[in-house]
Amino acid sequence: MSVSAAEPVPRVSGRPVAGIEKEILAQLVVALGSKLKKAETVRAGLVHGFIDRKDLVAVATYLKVTLGFEHLACVTAVDWKDRFECVYHIENYYNGCMVEIHADVPYDDPRIASLVPLWNAANFHEREAWDLMGIEFDGHPDLRRILLPDDFKFHPLRKDFAQEVDRQYISRRKIRGGK
Amino acid sequence: MPGFWINMGPQHPMTHGLWNMKVQVDGETITDARPEIGYLHRGYEKIMEVREFQKNVVLTDRLCYVSSITWSHAYCLAVEKMMGIEVPVRGQWIRVVSLELQRIASHLMWLASYGPDLGFLTGLLWALRERELFLDLIQLMSGARMNQNYPRVGGVRNDLPENFAAMCQRSIEHFLLKMEEYEKVFHDSKVFHMRTEGVGLLSAADAINWGVTGPNLRACGVNVDLRRLDPYETYEEIDFEPQVWHDGGAGDSYARFVVRFNELRESCKIVLQALEKMPKAGAYRAKPPRRAEGEGYAKTEDSRGEALFYVIGDGDDRPYRVKIRSPVFSTMAATPLILRGNKLADVVAILGSVDVCVGEMDK
Repeated sequence: MSVSAAEPVPRVSGRPVAGIEKEILAQLVVALGSKLKKAETVRAGLVHGFIDRKDLVAVATYLKVTLGFEHLACVTAVDWKDRFECVYHIENYYNGCMVEIHADVPYDDPRIASLVPLWNAANFHEREAWDLMGIEFDGHPDLRRILLPDDFKFHPLRKDFAQEVDRQYISRRKIRGGK
Repeated sequence: MPGFWINMGPQHPMTHGLWNMKVQVDGETITDARPEIGYLHRGYEKIMEVREFQKNVVLTDRLCYVSSITWSHAYCLAVEKMMGIEVPVRGQWIRVVSLELQRIASHLMWLASYGPDLGFLTGLLWALRERELFLDLIQLMSGARMNQNYPRVGGVRNDLPENFAAMCQRSIEHFLLKMEEYEKVFHDSKVFHMRTEGVGLLSAADAINWGVTGPNLRACGVNVDLRRLDPYETYEEIDFEPQVWHDGGAGDSYARFVVRFNELRESCKIVLQALEKMPKAGAYRAKPPRRAEGEGYAKTEDSRGEALFYVIGDGDDRPYRVKIRSPVFSTMAATPLILRGNKLADVVAILGSVDVCVGEMDK
């Protein structure tokens, strides 16, 4: 059987720890300092951190190795028309805290380091981000399209990929005689 | 003949949908596997960008057509977090009831498909028979058996029907009796144990690293249930026990079966408690703003794992970007790990225990 036990099983309480987001934020600010462009707590158990793309691996390594954030929940790419943004949701199973890392990616050079060396969970999510948004992940072992066919030429989630934006219904305003 | 690839799918009784599992075999032993997905990709994340917030619920219902309410609820929760609105207490309780009824129906659908995977057709007939009980309850509540379009941004569509608690009580009592029969047929069957025990092992460390969540993760002995770890709605006030495999060892097909099977009972408990504890009258829906700006995410314990919605609004009445994190999508990345070293004849038994839903996997 191909079961490896490279990493120890984390201690899990199964319960959230109150006020953990402030503690995590303080630790992040002390340890990463200038790497964080902005960091804030949003609501209970949620920390936002804004970084530059070159610091991604350092920040993620600190989160995983030192703070014990063992679960990479989601990798999202957002097209802001003048730039891309990669959003990483990283979760701590012990205290239920979620850290949302926003990394800026320039529009004309959409590439960022891959997190597969840290979390294998990043594998499929990064392939999806490449497939639908066209972000290249440096160091990804197998960056192929995943949802769309291999010969598809576009990255459809980009905002310049046209789709019918006209409303497909009659609005209430129109029924009342407006425009 | 090493390095011999076999396509299991896209049309194969094992797949329960449309996807392809390529397995590389050396004799009878699997040396590698490669899931190929995307056959059911409908571009939901793109379509949702041109529809109003509420109208996307119709789409999220169809993400997983056997677990519609849980998916629509996760989406509504994310939009509510973005808009910063609070659901009235009774609305939250009604949501809990609908979520758990849907979870039971979804798990019974899994049980129904897992039976034939092991050559046990009675499982299909029995589980689908009992699933109708819960689909009837859901129909009473929402008006439809499947694709209910029931959750609303800010609450639920309608109040519970009259006498709903008594009907739930009656159905669940009947169902719990049937559960004992299931137990006799599944747990006491020697053949069932032989097909599932020690097959499809996944260690806890691997499961966490590969992003496996939900019942599949709890079957590895990790006590993570988002209803407890990140309580949403009124789960905080409900007394229930997350189902975790405690008997040690890496999670095998049997552990995954036991965890899901016990969740059926636990969900019944939650439904009855929620019906008892909920306020008997009051508002069940808050009015959401038409336009919204900001971003919000919500993660919920879906029937198959952690469902995460990340919604961004740019001040229009439609979302700027919606990201759907499907638990099956992440679990699928780990299936080569589960399959390696097993026999080809066990592929169906293993993937059946993982509970694949193609709709949410391909979005």
